[in-house]
Amino acid sequence: MKKVIEVKGVKTIFGDNIVHDGLNLTINEGEIYGLLGPSGCGKTTLLREMVMLQKVSGGNIDVLGHSLSHIRHKEAQVLRREWGVLFQAGALFSSLSIAQNIALPLQEYTNLSEKLINEIVAFKINIVGLNLKDAHLYPSQISGGMKKKAGLARALAMDPKLLFLDEPTSGLDPISAREFDALILKLRSLLGLTVVMVSHDLQSINDTLDKVAIIDNKKIAYEGSLEGLKHSDSEFIKTFFGNKYE
Amino acid sequence: MINFSLTTSYTDETVLLKFLGEFSLYNISSYQQQVDAINFQKFKTVRIDLREITFFDTASAIFINNLHNRLKQEQLTISIICENRDVLETLKLVQTQIGSEKTVPVKKRETFIDSVGKKTHSQLRGFFSFMAFLGELFATKIHYLKSIKNIRFKEIAFEINENGIRAFGIVALTSFLIGLVVAYQSSFQLKIYGANIFIVDMLGISILRELAPLITAIVIAGRSGSAFTAQIGAMKITQELDAMRTMGFDPYSFLVMPRIIALMISMPILIFVADIMGVLGGMVVANIDLEITTELFLERFTEVVAAKHFFIGILKGPFFAFLIASIGIYRGLMVKDDTQSIGYNTTKSVVESIFAVIVCDAVFSILFTNLGI
Repeated sequence: MKKVIEVKGVKTIFGDNIVHDGLNLTINEGEIYGLLGPSGCGKTTLLREMVMLQKVSGGNIDVLGHSLSHIRHKEAQVLRREWGVLFQAGALFSSLSIAQNIALPLQEYTNLSEKLINEIVAFKINIVGLNLKDAHLYPSQISGGMKKKAGLARALAMDPKLLFLDEPTSGLDPISAREFDALILKLRSLLGLTVVMVSHDLQSINDTLDKVAIIDNKKIAYEGSLEGLKHSDSEFIKTFFGNKYE
Repeated sequence: MINFSLTTSYTDETVLLKFLGEFSLYNISSYQQQVDAINFQKFKTVRIDLREITFFDTASAIFINNLHNRLKQEQLTISIICENRDVLETLKLVQTQIGSEKTVPVKKRETFIDSVGKKTHSQLRGFFSFMAFLGELFATKIHYLKSIKNIRFKEIAFEINENGIRAFGIVALTSFLIGLVVAYQSSFQLKIYGANIFIVDMLGISILRELAPLITAIVIAGRSGSAFTAQIGAMKITQELDAMRTMGFDPYSFLVMPRIIALMISMPILIFVADIMGVLGGMVVANIDLEITTELFLERFTEVVAAKHFFIGILKGPFFAFLIASIGIYRGLMVKDDTQSIGYNTTKSVVESIFAVIVCDAVFSILFTNLGI
């Protein structure tokens, strides 16, 4: 299996607060990989480091063969087109409609005709389960669930190989959350995506993830399949998955 | 209706505290007074009767617990009489929870030296981060101007409309009124000396050279500087800036440069408008108050007011615009992930940009005078 992301000895320090102290993990192609852990353990921080929003204090992260610590501006720009990121609240550009949001990367990075861009946008809107009628609404006019779907459609606009999701089901009602899980699974099989997500939703974790890494107490407490979790002796794992595996 | 009470009764060596009815947050203080009034030293045992209470909360449990501990220290024997399981469990919960640490630890107070040090450090960091912002801006500018393809004309046009054209009205009105006021005040003085015609010299130079650029800059700092901070700050809070970065859209070339360039283009035009309206205001007063006709005013104006004054005023525009836009945007980027900081940074942005404009104007004033322009 091809490695997509490799995290090697990552340290993160904010002032006096050590968040990560030597994290190691490997994400392979085609996996749906979950980053789990108690609040404040730095899951989202690690995700932000993977997408170059934050620098690591030590160690290195390799994404799609590029070392993020020594990446040049041009390389970084190329890399950024190969992934899609869905933020917790969608982070849609508030001055643009849903359709314009999805079309933006296509307009900026390609010289496709207006007509083809429109078709691609319509396709992405359909694939994430949004209604084409809503394409011209602005982010302030749609619900939280729709924002997430629109954010996902935008993340998929450039047909990335790698998708980062920051708590994709948080703030959704249980039905929408399960729909979202099903959507992720469908997209993985349709588009051959590798998905990295931070999640707190147990149901979603059980339904979608192939592999998990649990960050606890500044280190990786566990990395591997969900089945292997029952043998772990981390305090967090025991309480979090307690009802299920004991 | 009183539905709670504490009755105390004494026998030889025993005090009986009998609580009745509701025992909650609201009646603890009156119980406290009653308990404080008792001189426990005369007795050997204390019995606390909780059998007839109808309500018991954690605050009252803490009260009972404290009383229990205090009496224990005074070497008294205490017994709590109670059959209600809920009450006993609340008491037990409080006893185990309180354990060793009783109160929230008080934050250590900063000494004067601590706070001075911290303030200085943060001021210094603020200065460095503004320098870093300018550096990044400069680096982007070089990259930006390398190829005409990089320049985002659509955004620039949008910002010119938003911050230039739409500000025409307010800038025109403000400078008209300033022209009016300055002329009115000076006409009063000039009349005394019969030097009516010199109103033209005075207005021409002061408005073209100083007042129009300054008034425009102050209006724009209040109007566009604050808008930039709030817009970019809100984008930061909603993670739109992060989203842009992960998509490879550099916020500096998408948001920062168009705003700065747009304002640098708009400002001289706005100053020109302010010049016209300010002089017009002065002309109206000269006409009514000093009986200087429009023809005479304009004739004198071309005679005595050199074109350099006009050009100096216009030249200040791009500099003021750069200061206002870069401070506004920098403050927007400094917004943290909370709503308070938008307000804080917006205020700062307006104050700092007006201050910077005035300092810049002072520097120009000295510079041009010494250069003999």
